[in-house]
Amino acid sequence: MSESTQTIETFANQEYKWGFVTDIEADAIPRGLSEDVVRLISAKKHEPEWLLEWRLKAYRHWLTMKEPTWANVHYPPIDYQDIIYYSSPKAKKDGPKSLEEVDPELLKTYAKLGIPLKEQELLAGVAVDAVFDSVSVATTFKAKLNAMGIIFGSFSEAVQEHPDLVRQYLGSVVPTSDNFFAALNSAVFSDGSFCYVPKGVRCPMELSTYFRINAKDTGQFERTLIVADEGAYVSYLEGCTAPMRDTNQLHAAVVELVALDNAQIKYSTVQNWYPGDKEGKGGIYNFVTKRGACRGVNSKISWTQVETGSAITWKYPSCLLIGDNSVGEFYSVALTNNYQQADTGTKMIHIGKNTTSTIVSKGISAGHGQNTYRGGVKILKSAAGARNYSQCDSMLLGDKCGAHTFPYLEVKNTSSQVEHEASTSKIGEDQIFYCRQRGISTEDAVSMIVHGFCKEVFRELPMEFAVEAQKLLGVSLEGSVG
Amino acid sequence: MSLLEIKDLHATVGDREILKGISLTVDAGEVHAIMGPNGSGKSTLAQVLAGRELYAVTGGQVLYQGQDLLAMSPEDRARAGIFLAFQYPVEIPGVSNMYFLKAALNAIRKQQGMEELDAFDFLNMVREKMTLLDMDQALLNRPVNTGFSGGEKKRNEIFQMAVLEPKLAILDETDSGLDIDALKLVAHGVNALRGPERSMIVVTHYQRLLNYIVPDYVHVLAEGRIVKSGGKELALELEESGYAGLGIADEEEAVGKV
Repeated sequence: MSESTQTIETFANQEYKWGFVTDIEADAIPRGLSEDVVRLISAKKHEPEWLLEWRLKAYRHWLTMKEPTWANVHYPPIDYQDIIYYSSPKAKKDGPKSLEEVDPELLKTYAKLGIPLKEQELLAGVAVDAVFDSVSVATTFKAKLNAMGIIFGSFSEAVQEHPDLVRQYLGSVVPTSDNFFAALNSAVFSDGSFCYVPKGVRCPMELSTYFRINAKDTGQFERTLIVADEGAYVSYLEGCTAPMRDTNQLHAAVVELVALDNAQIKYSTVQNWYPGDKEGKGGIYNFVTKRGACRGVNSKISWTQVETGSAITWKYPSCLLIGDNSVGEFYSVALTNNYQQADTGTKMIHIGKNTTSTIVSKGISAGHGQNTYRGGVKILKSAAGARNYSQCDSMLLGDKCGAHTFPYLEVKNTSSQVEHEASTSKIGEDQIFYCRQRGISTEDAVSMIVHGFCKEVFRELPMEFAVEAQKLLGVSLEGSVG
Repeated sequence: MSLLEIKDLHATVGDREILKGISLTVDAGEVHAIMGPNGSGKSTLAQVLAGRELYAVTGGQVLYQGQDLLAMSPEDRARAGIFLAFQYPVEIPGVSNMYFLKAALNAIRKQQGMEELDAFDFLNMVREKMTLLDMDQALLNRPVNTGFSGGEKKRNEIFQMAVLEPKLAILDETDSGLDIDALKLVAHGVNALRGPERSMIVVTHYQRLLNYIVPDYVHVLAEGRIVKSGGKELALELEESGYAGLGIADEEEAVGKV
């Protein structure tokens, strides 16, 4: 048995331990990837010819590519022919019948995060027969959004209903040939989200807050495309703070953002996929390509991410600052505990005049966790008057973990300003003792100190997300000190 | 029953024995000064009482309100009313003073079966205590001790003590690094907190502080043992003759003459 199947099997056993039935073979196409599989996926989704061609082009290019090895992460080789690339949405009957069948550890975590019962059932994949309130809530909001001209829904829906918009923007920020995982995603992506905010419209709510709990199972190759037309504004929330039930080990998503003149996109992520057990077995490999293009003048794209899950995170949400005076921001908290590895950061490419970018990265390592910040700031000759400010701080808990920082700066004109600050600190025994002497428990002390460390990033998160993210950090760090 | 009874306490750090048999009894409302040259074990005693794990207790017993103090965790000691004003207050970046203190107060109140204070009541209570130490309100919103001057840090310790209202306050060299004005201010704050229900152990190298915080008892510590105990006049005696007058070696000879 190869190492990778072993890993996958371990993960499957993990699932089994949680009481989930993983009988997915019946609804799925055979393992492995070929042109036929790509055609089959496209056909099952009733896609237009141009999209099939687009997928095939990506697939053919992918065949010529090699899996990148430059990231500071280590994992057994992935057997891409051992993956099932399409399975129809999981039938309700596959899930546990009630919360009583769900792993109590998982329930404990939900309780700590303060997740309502109904939502717990959905997250754990419990077969809920009665469709509850939030669906109608979602429908109500959808109608409201439609009235404003905002298109928001699944990617598959958008392909059917707004093919021209999709065709115009798909792959325009992350081309099919961009990198190994993006190419793979382009060939086989299953579903995802599509959002278009028309000229001058300010989206009145955080998108996906009301939708997240009844979002469809979009699978491991997710594709998201968000377009803010001239003067539009949208804030999009991705993910969920609760650990998600998921049968897939490899995740390779692509997110593309496009901001036209004076448009603004705020994209917030809380990622808490299964991180593997305390010994480092199992866990999701999260290889994501996220990029936003500030195409218009005065446009702005902000990425805020809190990454606490996954066994391996490989992710660099980036901005192409094309329009003059456009602004790119990246705020990140990445936490690795036990045997988790994260190699994450951003790229800011300054092309337009007077473009500015801000990078604030906070890495926290505990247990045997390895945390790498990798960032690139590139200021082209055309970007006169460009400015960048980067701050990368690392915090270590214990002496078996690691923090690494790789900032790359490339400045090609003399009128630009680039600032970089970096620090590494250790949660001191003296800090914890000081808190305990004031009556605060070790666990609360660690959570407080870590939260203080991440404050600049949490400030950027939408309110309710920030509260959840704070709790999540506490839960993720449990047992890491003392 | 005495508030605190220390009986033949021995403690080591690494292989080195620092406390070599300390016995001391503190009753409610009493202020005890512990004086001694550097390296005599004063700060170790303060830290051991607070539960610092750096030190290993190798012998003896400590009873606090009749209970085995040494079996309690540092946070349980704090919640039972023991407060240590640190010699070197610790910085916690990003955590506001106000948030920190509220978490501490509520942890203590919860333990004592009292209702937790909400942000509004807390702020009202805190404002009152700040005037006691003539502290700038802006300090509340700044991260704990981060970027504070030496004097601000020490004042902040006494301010925390005023908010947490301990039964036993241990002041570890609270006078070190303070100029005379700051010293007076801190002493004023401490004196305002004296009362029949609050005992204090004031650890200091210099007699100077004791001009402002007048103790009921003075103990002189040398090489891990209490070598002399007396009333407040013992501090004055020390000022006259120095530790050398008691036959104690001190690398810093200028006792009380800063």
